[in-house]
Amino acid sequence: MRPEKHNSRPEISPPKSTTQLPSAPTHPNGDAIQRIERGSELGWRAQSAVPLAALVALAIHLLFSKSAPVVETHSYTLFFYEIVGVSIVLSIAQRFWMRLRSWMRHMCPILTAAILLLGLWDIVTFGFQLLPMPYFPGPAAVLRNLINDRALLLDSTWHSLALLLSGYTVGVLVGLISGICIGWSTPVRYWGMPLLKVVGPIPATAWIPLAMVVSPSTVVSAAGLIALAVWFPVTMLTASGISNTRASYLDVARTLGAGRAYLIFRVAIPAAVPNIFIGLFMGLGASFLTLVVAESVGVKSGLGWYVSWAQGWAEYGKVYAALIIMAAFFSTIMTLLFKIRDRMLVWQKGVIKW
Amino acid sequence: MVALAEIEASSLGIREVRKSFPVPDDPLRRWPVLDGISFSLAAGELVSLIGPSGCGKSTLLRLIAGLESSDSGELLIGSEKITQPGAERGLVFQDPNLFPWLTVRRNIQAGLVARGVLREKRHEVDDFMRLVGLETFADAYPHHLSGGMAQRVALARALINHPKVLLLDEPLGALDAFTRMRMQDEVLRLWQGRRTTMLLVTHDIDEAIYMSDRIMIMSPRPGRIERTISVALDRPRQRSSPDFLRLRGDILEFVHFAGNASIENKS
Ligand SMILES: Nc1ncnc2c1ncn2[C@@H]1O[C@H](COP(=O)(O)OP(=O)(O)OP(=O)(O)O)[C@@H](O)[C@H]1O
Ligand SMILES: [Mg+2]
Repeated sequence: MRPEKHNSRPEISPPKSTTQLPSAPTHPNGDAIQRIERGSELGWRAQSAVPLAALVALAIHLLFSKSAPVVETHSYTLFFYEIVGVSIVLSIAQRFWMRLRSWMRHMCPILTAAILLLGLWDIVTFGFQLLPMPYFPGPAAVLRNLINDRALLLDSTWHSLALLLSGYTVGVLVGLISGICIGWSTPVRYWGMPLLKVVGPIPATAWIPLAMVVSPSTVVSAAGLIALAVWFPVTMLTASGISNTRASYLDVARTLGAGRAYLIFRVAIPAAVPNIFIGLFMGLGASFLTLVVAESVGVKSGLGWYVSWAQGWAEYGKVYAALIIMAAFFSTIMTLLFKIRDRMLVWQKGVIKW
Repeated sequence: MVALAEIEASSLGIREVRKSFPVPDDPLRRWPVLDGISFSLAAGELVSLIGPSGCGKSTLLRLIAGLESSDSGELLIGSEKITQPGAERGLVFQDPNLFPWLTVRRNIQAGLVARGVLREKRHEVDDFMRLVGLETFADAYPHHLSGGMAQRVALARALINHPKVLLLDEPLGALDAFTRMRMQDEVLRLWQGRRTTMLLVTHDIDEAIYMSDRIMIMSPRPGRIERTISVALDRPRQRSSPDFLRLRGDILEFVHFAGNASIENKS
């Protein structure tokens, strides 16, 4: 055995190497091109996964709705027909549109999973009623509420948006100014930092009892609370960013003849922008929390109010409908902020994508 | 008279300058870094400063730039005392220290913006970008640049202010041998064109001989100027001419001796 193996090796390897060596540089290339070409077509599996999942979830629903009490589930079944329809349209469109194709390839698994999860939710709640009923309605009931109550939901979203933006804007502006002052000036830091350290960590919502008494209108006090919630992280992170500006950048600017305005606005602040954005994100999270709490306690409008109102009437379908809107609303705003950051920090290496 | 005033204004005088830094562990004691440095640069002179690592070369340049203040002694630019940084003294740092949030073009024009003269002098930005061979990278951000390219941007950024005294802290240290020699010629061309007074810190003895009118050799701990050598070779200099090599041998021998001496002192 052994001598045979030894013999066979040199016999096979020289021709292999001689024939493959010249073609070697082109071969991997060709392979890569082929792979890209093959990858440029969307496989039938990727094309059919989403509509198939929709059909499965639809079948689950129809199966259970036979035995269940009659409820209006027309919109839910229609929803799945729409998914199937849109999938067919998209799989035709993607043949002519590169970017849509790569988007579909990217989104296919997660969308399929989301639809199957809907089916699972349907089984657990509507189907076998494994969870206590008034609190856990099925997806069909939630969708029905979402559609029936759309006017009020839209109005609530609008009110939440107005309140959030006004509070957030004020909080960011004040936070940037105080952060820059604390970060740049030693005396301001001496007097400002203790205040910041003592007052800042108190959750803004803890001020609610006081705010409701002091302010003439609940909306104004809610905006103030949101601003307070945003102000703290923005100030903290801005101040640390400014005071940690690399000394060598300031030195360079000074040897170039820079005055104080240049040092602050063209060196320290740009250098602190990555930090400032961390503060903006933390402030955004805090503002969501404060918004919802303030709306469910005092303000008589907005999504937070809607949720607690619907809960008061034990309309849990509406509660979930509002939660879905909230999720979409908050993550859209978050995504927007990430987009702004990516635009502003193109100079930075390796920024995290949202 | 005018010419004389000009010379006065751009020459640099350093007299008995001392500088110490606090010892990190023991705030009561101070560590002498520069111990009675004296020299002067005539207007338009190009002088090199060589010496072992840690002997205080960068500290000396920072003092002249006005970024640090001396413990005692006098630093004069012309007849004026140096008290703070100013655009008439350019400093190219050991690290390029480009502003990472600005493109190459905006880094180079930073000095014009800082002095508020961008509008009048904007046309010069392109000249300086061409000078350091980076016109195709005008809109690139510093993290896209190689170390040598970054150092060239830093050089252009300091030059755009047309400083009377240019302080160079190993500006060509990060460059490969070929780029380095080309840049040496570029710096020389600039120097001859404008007659800027230049103080060049370098680790490279060849570079010091090739470029400078005089070479000051520093010794460490505490930093002193041990010796000043005039380089009386005609320009452009030949790097392999016998005179060049002889001078190189002398300096090497002296530096070697000084290095040994300082080691002996320590033990
Ligand atoms: N800000 C500072 N605080 C304390 N010590 C300092 C400070 N700056 C410099 N030193 C000390 O002064 C000494 C000289 O430093 P310097 O940077 O001037 O050396 P150098 O000659 O430029 O060295 P190299 O050739 O390595 O750049 C070093 O021992 C350093 O530790
Ligand atoms: Mg140094």
